[in-house]
Amino acid sequence: MIELLIFGGLLLLGLVAGTIAENKHLNDLRVREKKVKTLNVVNFGAHEPLPEAREAVLVMGNVVIASDFFRIYLAGLLSILGGNIGVYETLMERGRREAILRLKEQAIALGARQVLNLRLETSNINGEQGKGTVQVEVIAYGTAIR
Amino acid sequence: MILTTLEGVPGRTIVRHYGIVQGSTVRAKNIGKDFLAGLKNIVGGELKGYTELLQEARQEALNRMVKEASQTGANAVVNIRFATSAIAAGAAEIFAYGTAVYVE
Repeated sequence: MIELLIFGGLLLLGLVAGTIAENKHLNDLRVREKKVKTLNVVNFGAHEPLPEAREAVLVMGNVVIASDFFRIYLAGLLSILGGNIGVYETLMERGRREAILRLKEQAIALGARQVLNLRLETSNINGEQGKGTVQVEVIAYGTAIR
Repeated sequence: MILTTLEGVPGRTIVRHYGIVQGSTVRAKNIGKDFLAGLKNIVGGELKGYTELLQEARQEALNRMVKEASQTGANAVVNIRFATSAIAAGAAEIFAYGTAVYVE
């Protein structure tokens, strides 16, 4: 009985705290994305000439983001049915946007006018130990030119 | 040392290639950070301790790559890529690689 109560409590805590944190993060992302809108990011192939620039600097942004207890449980149920798992889609989107934002903020702080060849990478850092947890790292890196 | 993710360095020309250079590091999470992360796993959100840990690790990998490049006599590394792999429970390898070149 007590175990069930703890489990229910954790689910509720995950749902409430997770939703608040998610909405706060999404609002924060919107505000910060507006500030970095002027910086453009271009990816291009090997056959195009490189743009003129005085200086090129490697810039990076990374974030480790975790899902909450409720969403992990829900995803577990959803994965039985298959199909889209929306709760993780939002998690990945948040991570990716945050990583790109950090890269752009770093580039702007350096006085860059453009970021070239942005690359994104995602890795699961759970290992085998992390049963029942979802932690992913998203990194964004590119070349800032000024 | 100029580091880029491009095929070359803007405004410069590559005069010599020195081949692939790489740097890597294997990091484990520490108990203190793991405990806080354990709590964070219930409510979700960013795990700041891990973000910093991996940032430091990536810088270390990059530094090792740069060291290797400077030993060959290069003054730039182009086409840099990063990769991460979890190799055991709680330990991850972070590596950086690129092409060492001499630019003028």
